[in-house]
Amino acid sequence: MSVRASEFLRHAGEEEHSLDDYAGRVPRWCTGCGDLAILTAVQRVCRDEQLPLEKIVFVSGIGCSSRFPHYMGTYGFHGLHGRALPIAEGIKMRRPDLHVFVNMGDGDCCSIGAAHWMHATRYNMNMTVMMHDNNIYGLTKNQASPTSPKGTRSNTTPRGSDLEAFDPLQATLGMSNLSFVAQVADWIPEVLFKVISAAYKHRGFSFIRILQRCPEFQANRWEPCINDPDRLLMLTHENGVQLSPALSRAYRHQEEHDPADLVDARRIVGTSERLPIGIIYQNPDVPCYEDLRKPDRLYTPELIEKGLSEELDKFTIWPPD
Amino acid sequence: MPTARQQRIPTPITKPAIEIEEHVVEILSDSGEGAQKCGQSLGAIAARMGFGIWTVEIIPAEIQPPARSIDGASGNRVRFANRRVTNGGDEADLAVAFNEQVLIGRLRADELKPGSIILLEDKWRSDDDPSIAASYVRVYDELVERGFKVHEIPMEVECLKIVSDARRGKNMFVLGLLSSIYSLDKEAAHEQIRFIFGKKGDLIVTANQKLLDAGFNWAEENLDIKFKIQASAPKEANIVVNGNTSLALGVMASGMEVCAMYPITPATSASHYLSDVFEKVGGVVHQAEDEIAACAFAIGSSYAGKCAVTITSGPGYSLKQECMGLAVMAEIPLVVIDVQRGGPSTGQPTKAEQGDLLTACFGSHGDAPKVVMAASDIEDCFYSVITARKIAETFNTVVVLLSDASLATAQQPFPRPELSEDWLAPPIDQSPVIDGDLPYDWDSRSGQRQRVIPGQPNGMHTLTGLAHDRRSCVAYNLQTNKEGIRHRSLKLAALQKTIKTPPVFGDDKGELLVVGWGSTRGAIEEAVTRVRADGYRVSALHLRILQPLASGIKGILQRFDKVLAVENNWADSLEDELIDEENQRYSNLAWILRARCLVDIDCWGEVGEQPIKPGTIEKVIRERLQ
Repeated sequence: MSVRASEFLRHAGEEEHSLDDYAGRVPRWCTGCGDLAILTAVQRVCRDEQLPLEKIVFVSGIGCSSRFPHYMGTYGFHGLHGRALPIAEGIKMRRPDLHVFVNMGDGDCCSIGAAHWMHATRYNMNMTVMMHDNNIYGLTKNQASPTSPKGTRSNTTPRGSDLEAFDPLQATLGMSNLSFVAQVADWIPEVLFKVISAAYKHRGFSFIRILQRCPEFQANRWEPCINDPDRLLMLTHENGVQLSPALSRAYRHQEEHDPADLVDARRIVGTSERLPIGIIYQNPDVPCYEDLRKPDRLYTPELIEKGLSEELDKFTIWPPD
Repeated sequence: MPTARQQRIPTPITKPAIEIEEHVVEILSDSGEGAQKCGQSLGAIAARMGFGIWTVEIIPAEIQPPARSIDGASGNRVRFANRRVTNGGDEADLAVAFNEQVLIGRLRADELKPGSIILLEDKWRSDDDPSIAASYVRVYDELVERGFKVHEIPMEVECLKIVSDARRGKNMFVLGLLSSIYSLDKEAAHEQIRFIFGKKGDLIVTANQKLLDAGFNWAEENLDIKFKIQASAPKEANIVVNGNTSLALGVMASGMEVCAMYPITPATSASHYLSDVFEKVGGVVHQAEDEIAACAFAIGSSYAGKCAVTITSGPGYSLKQECMGLAVMAEIPLVVIDVQRGGPSTGQPTKAEQGDLLTACFGSHGDAPKVVMAASDIEDCFYSVITARKIAETFNTVVVLLSDASLATAQQPFPRPELSEDWLAPPIDQSPVIDGDLPYDWDSRSGQRQRVIPGQPNGMHTLTGLAHDRRSCVAYNLQTNKEGIRHRSLKLAALQKTIKTPPVFGDDKGELLVVGWGSTRGAIEEAVTRVRADGYRVSALHLRILQPLASGIKGILQRFDKVLAVENNWADSLEDELIDEENQRYSNLAWILRARCLVDIDCWGEVGEQPIKPGTIEKVIRERLQ
């Protein structure tokens, strides 16, 4: 990729950020946890984009996934269970200069914060949103989550869960004002990185469902998919993700899918026997809420004085001259 | 039995105006007939003439309650006087009713003074539906029987001479009647009509002015009632707004840029107004998907350096408490306005109550110290928001500002504020953080810390709702957790050292001290003034900051033989068979003052439909003095 000379000169004096700069505290996730792969991919995206550390905010909910901000060397907001999205919206609203990332779990996003998720999609604020979906509540020690497959044995479903799993992709493809939806797996680092990178570059609410391994409570959940690449359907497109030759050889089931095609996206998600991996839908033209609500004037004491004075005029009874 | 109409003399009456100091007027109609607009206009005209005024909205719970129903009464109560008015007053001296049904509820609630004047639309007497006509006659006869001075007014007939739909004109005709009765300045009344209908064009303005004149002339020719209140025109510029508009203006003047809210009665009208005007000064109102999201959004905005407010009422306040715990723990400035209503649960959404004080002070979870303030009148609504923002950002804490349904819709003039730059928030700090400075660099004496805002180079850290140390790292040991709790608690003490002891209304010692907070201030002080006039040694103390309590309050309480908390919330009565000193549930403030001051405080609370009347408090005081 060529870099414009002026752009190069502008940054020539700056020290380049290394991967280490984006690292925070030492992760305390379990050995083999898929969150580690997500962390690595995200740090790589930040490094490749050379994002200024002080301009990044990682917002999270509560749960294993939501420890994420602590492991970044950036600003972070480890918030409340289910409430990562409205907090992130508040941050972004008047601070368009900040790069906002959100990490939450399947319980966060699809259960306690489900209403926020639906509306965050509709607001379409410019942020990169990762749902770490391990199909289980981990930090609270093994309870079935909305995305747990029917029959999942857990501490709250000792005889197996009774309900069919909630499908986050079908749900999100039904939401209004959709602008970016993708699905990736933590065990395919190449696609994970490419999709997070594309999500970051997308201007709007970029939602990524990440199939994530939990070696402690859902050890066998994704094993069949890891061992048998035929269980996955790789979505490729010049406007989506393109696979390296090596990956292309490993994953034989591929489909050319234009992310602009919502009807086809719904068909794939609704009917495919295989788990689709890649960018499922993207529309770069959906307006962002923070732009729609952007003030058309600078917030200054003079402006406030003028505006307030005009308002007070409406209610003022002046003394007779 | 002869009716009032038959007794009336059909020629112009020359009548001397009776001079009065004050009157309370109620205008009652079915919803949608414009009685509220009539009442507000009456208040505004009176204010233009320099009267002290206080208006109270009478609001039915439904948008379109059935016509001619007792619970559907909609309207306005206007109290005006030759002096400053601080509350809605006692029973009404005069009531205007667009039908007889809307009067019944007010009579049952003893809202009308015995023998008071009633102006009643007479068209129902000859209604085609015999049951309606019968009902009208029954109520009319009863009113006359009970000694009310009932005047039947052909409102419909007179209005139809000017407009084709009398429903849309009666309110201005009535405003004309009242302008005549209270010797109001007709030019000021015309001016007020221009003010409210100006946007709709000259035709509408003229039609309404004609209706007003018709009402005025009709009263001059047909009614033998005329009062006059001596007042001099105001010397300074005043604004006339209700409490919610005052709150919204306060938000604009406080330097806050973001208001995140979710619709809830009776708080929403503050956000309605703010939605209309906030962008003018560069602000934004975000209507969130729910109360929780509204609070979380405000927290996000404040964290990023743009201090935010969320406005709600009781049930919404409960939903925000989880988020408020986070703001306390992470020390994010946040202003939460709770316009209280009757509770618990959906309760009485349009009725006044002060039932949220304890939940405001002690709500959320764990040890969650926050500042609690309460506005005492309409002017205070404005300035309290400015103070709340300032405290929130100075102490990096949550400030709860309590208002209530009675302030929300009540109007009272107050001196036009002049914006001071000191009220506004300074631009956010984006300078690099000095090496070694920590995000929770607590001062061991005051609990204070500097705030690091995203965008500041070298300040990167992860804020967390988990217990954390000075570096904002998760605290796994008890000692670190305790350190955080101690410092957050110390901030309230640091603030408390800056709060002045509130002044005593009346002598600073005596037989009885009446303590109150919030919207009951005017009624309490008026009641105290009345009994003091009879020589009783009674004073009042009003608290604007409820948490932390200023120093010196215990000393004040101890200088009185008895202390009585008077509040618009529940207090068990010792007269109930099962209630005794060991199980009595006190009113909200009484709990707090008993715990804080170790003084045996008596309490009286009322949970009623209307704001507490000064006469009611006066009665309670006299009983306590016996």
